[in-house]
Amino acid sequence: MTDFFYLIPLALALGMVGLATFLWSLKSGQYEDLDGAAARILSNEADNPIVKVQQPNSSPEIGDEFLKN
Amino acid sequence: MTCCAPSVEFADAVIDRRRAKNDEMLLASRDLGEGLRQTSLSVPTIHCGACIQKIEKTLDALPGVEQARVNLSTKRVTTRWRAGGAPPPLIESLSRIGYEAHLYDAAVDPKDDTVAKMVRALAVAGFAASNIMLLSVSVWSGAEPPTRDLFHWISALIALPALAYCGRIFFSSAWQSLRHGQTNMDVPISIGVLFAFGLSLYETFNRGPHAYFDASITLLFFLLIGRTLDHMMRERARVAVKGLARLAARGALILQPDGKQIYLPLSEIRPGMTILLTAGERVPVNCRVLKGQSDVDCSLVSGESMPQTAGPGSMLQAGTLNLTGPLTIAATAAAKDSFLAEMIRMMEAAESGRSTYRRIADRASRLYAPVVHVAAVATFVSWVAATADVHRALTIAIAVLIITCPCALGLAVPMVQVVAARRLFEQGIMLKDGGALERLAEVETVVFDKTGTLTLGEPWLIDGSAIDPDALELAAAIALHSQHPYSRALVAAHQGPVPSPISMTSVSEHPGSGLEACIGTTVHRLGRPEWALADGEVTQSVSEIGTMVLSKDGRYLATFQFVDRLRPDVREAVAALAENGFAVELLSGDREEPVRQLASALGVPHYSAVSPADKATHIASMGASGRKVLMVGDGLNDAPALVAAHASMAPASAADVGRNAADLVFLRESLLSVPQAITVARNARRLVRENLIIAVGYNAIAMPVAILGYVTPLTAAVAMSLSSLIVVANALRLGDDLRRKQRKDGSPTSNLSSPQLALEGGK
Repeated sequence: MTDFFYLIPLALALGMVGLATFLWSLKSGQYEDLDGAAARILSNEADNPIVKVQQPNSSPEIGDEFLKN
Repeated sequence: MTCCAPSVEFADAVIDRRRAKNDEMLLASRDLGEGLRQTSLSVPTIHCGACIQKIEKTLDALPGVEQARVNLSTKRVTTRWRAGGAPPPLIESLSRIGYEAHLYDAAVDPKDDTVAKMVRALAVAGFAASNIMLLSVSVWSGAEPPTRDLFHWISALIALPALAYCGRIFFSSAWQSLRHGQTNMDVPISIGVLFAFGLSLYETFNRGPHAYFDASITLLFFLLIGRTLDHMMRERARVAVKGLARLAARGALILQPDGKQIYLPLSEIRPGMTILLTAGERVPVNCRVLKGQSDVDCSLVSGESMPQTAGPGSMLQAGTLNLTGPLTIAATAAAKDSFLAEMIRMMEAAESGRSTYRRIADRASRLYAPVVHVAAVATFVSWVAATADVHRALTIAIAVLIITCPCALGLAVPMVQVVAARRLFEQGIMLKDGGALERLAEVETVVFDKTGTLTLGEPWLIDGSAIDPDALELAAAIALHSQHPYSRALVAAHQGPVPSPISMTSVSEHPGSGLEACIGTTVHRLGRPEWALADGEVTQSVSEIGTMVLSKDGRYLATFQFVDRLRPDVREAVAALAENGFAVELLSGDREEPVRQLASALGVPHYSAVSPADKATHIASMGASGRKVLMVGDGLNDAPALVAAHASMAPASAADVGRNAADLVFLRESLLSVPQAITVARNARRLVRENLIIAVGYNAIAMPVAILGYVTPLTAAVAMSLSSLIVVANALRLGDDLRRKQRKDGSPTSNLSSPQLALEGGK
C-alpha cells in the first residue's frame, strides 16, 4: 500500500508532463505547418515561426459550432 | 528547381490576374499595434522547400518588411510590415519570381480556433482515459477491496474534470436539441456518459465493486476522435477553397466631384458616384458607362462565352470583368442592390425552399435513441419486478445504457467521411462537409452549366497549325501587348518563344476593336474584320463572332477564329455518367447557338438563354418531382441553382459566391472530377451502411447480455473498444478499394483518369 503512495502520483505526474508538453507544442504553433517543417529542416536559415496574435473578443467556445447546428 | 513549376490545376484556377492596389492591401491587412501590420497572401503554387526559401528571401529583402513566413501546408505567406508608408509591393515581387499571389482575407476567419480547441479536448480526454484505464486494469485483475476503493477515488478525481472539459461539446449540443424537442446523436451519448459517471460515483461512495469511470471517459475519447477528424476535414476544405482568388471587387476608385480620387470599400459606394475602372478590374456595382471603350467579359455573370463590347451608355452588371480599356462609369445601384446581392437573395430563397437534409447519423440516432432508452427503462422495471432489488436493477439498466452507447455509431459515419474526403482531396476535390457526401451519393440527375463548367470559359484558337506560321508569329508578338482573352489565346497558340518585340515602333490598343502596331511605316492591325480591313477588302465569311483578322496597311493577312475551349475529358465524363444511368442536362445562360452545338455534340438535352431565376426554378421543380439533382456550375448566375440542387459542385474558377455555395469544389481542369466524386460518395455510402450494420449487429449481441445482467466494467470496455476498432478498420478500406481500382486501370494514383465508373453497391 505504501508503494502506491509514490507510484501513483509519479505516474500521474508523468502523464501530466506529457499532456502539458503536447498542449504547449500545440499552442506554440508546431502543428501549423507540418509540410513546411519537413522542408525547412534542410535549410540553414533561422526559421522562427510567426506566432499567432491573439485577437480580442474572438475566442469561440468549443461548443459554439454545435450550438449553431 | 523543376518542382517549383506552377501546377496546372492552380494556375488555371487563378483567373483574376488583377494586381491588388495599395489601398486594397491596406483594407485586407491587420493592425498588430506597435506600428506593424500583417498581410496574408495565398500563393497556390508553393510546392517545396526551395519555394519557401526563395519567397522568404525575396520578401524579407523588401524595404519595410519585418518578417515573411511561408506556410507550406496551407500555401500561404504571412508578412509583417511596418505601417506608415505605402505597403511593400508583396504581390508584384512574388509575381516577378514566378508566383501568382492574391490577398487572403484574415478578417473573415472568426472560427479559426475550433479545431485547436477540439484537439486540446481530445488530448485531455486521452490523458484521462489512459490513466483511468491503467487503474481499472489493476482493479479488474483482482485488487484488494481497499486498493480498489482508492483506485476508484483516484479515477473519479481524474474523470470529473475531464468530463466537464471534454464533455461540454456533447452536452451542449444534446441540450440544444432537447430544448427544441428533438433528439440527435448527442442525446444518448450524454445520457449514457452522465449516468455511467453518476452510478460510478455512487458505487465509489458505497465501496461498491464496479465502477464505470473508464467506460464513460473512453467513450468520450473515441467520440471526440470522430468529431475532431470531422472538423479537421471541413477546416482543410474551407482553407483550400478560401485560398482561391477572390473574384469580386473589394472596393473601387471613386472620382469625387472636386476631382479627387478616393478608394472606397464596396459597401460605401452609392448610386450616382463616378467610378474609375481600369482594364483588368471587375465591375463593383451595377453601372452605366460614361466614358471609354472596352471589351467586357460576362462569362461569370451571364454565362455568355464571348466578350462583349462596352461604350458610353452601355449598362454593366456587377461582377463582369473589364478587359481592355479604362472606363469611367456611374453607379446605378448600391452594392446591396446590385446583381450580386440579387443572386444572394435568390440563393436564400432557394435555400428556404429546399427541404432540409438530415444526416444519416442523425436519422439513425432518431431510431436508435428511443430503442435504447426504452430497453434500459424496461430492463430496470423488469429487474425491480423480478428481484425487488432497486440498486441492482439500476446498475444493470445503466450497464445497458453504457454498452449500447453509440460509440461505434458516432465513429462509423465520420470515419468513413473523413477517409472519403481525403481521397477526394488527393484528386483535387474539396468537400465542404460530410452531409454533402451523403447527398451526392443519392444523386441521379446531373445538370451542367456551359460556360466555365463544360468549357473553360476562355477562348482557344481553332486550327492553329493551318495558319501561316509567320502571320501567327507576328500576331502573337502584337497580342503580347494585350490582356484581351483572344490575345492571350494567340500568345498561347504560338509554339516556341514569342519573338522579342520585332522593331515595333508602337503598339496601341483600341478597345472594342483590336490592336494596332506600327513597324516602321507599315501599320498592322489585329482585331475585328471591319476595323482591321480597309474598305472594299473582300475576305471569306469572317463576320461571325469569335473572329480576328490580321492586316497589313488594310490588306488581309490572316484570319484567327476562336471557340470557347472544352474542359478536358468532357465527353468521357458525360459518357461515364450516362453509362451509369444518370440523366444529364445542359442548362446555360448563353445564346442558343453555342449551347445547341455543344449539347448535340455530347448528346444531351439542353436549355439555353436561361435566366438565373429560371435556373433555380428549373432545378427546384426537378427536386419537387422527386429527382435528386447534382448541379455543376461556376457563374454568379448559377449560384441560386447550386443552392436549390440536392448537391452541387463548382470548379475552382467559379465566382466567389458560387464557390461558397457549392458542396464540392474541384481544382483540376478535368471534368472527370464529377464522376470521380460521385464514385467516392457512393463507395462511402456503402461503407457507412456496412458500418451501421456492424454497429447494430454489435448491439444485437451485446444488449441481451447486458439486459441479463452479465456485463461488468471489463466486458463493457472490451466490447466498446472492439466495436470501434472494427468500424474504423472498415472505414479505412475505402482508400484501398479506390487504390486497387486505379492500379487495375493502370492510371497514376493521384489521378483517376479512367472514364469507367465503378458503382458497386451504388443502387
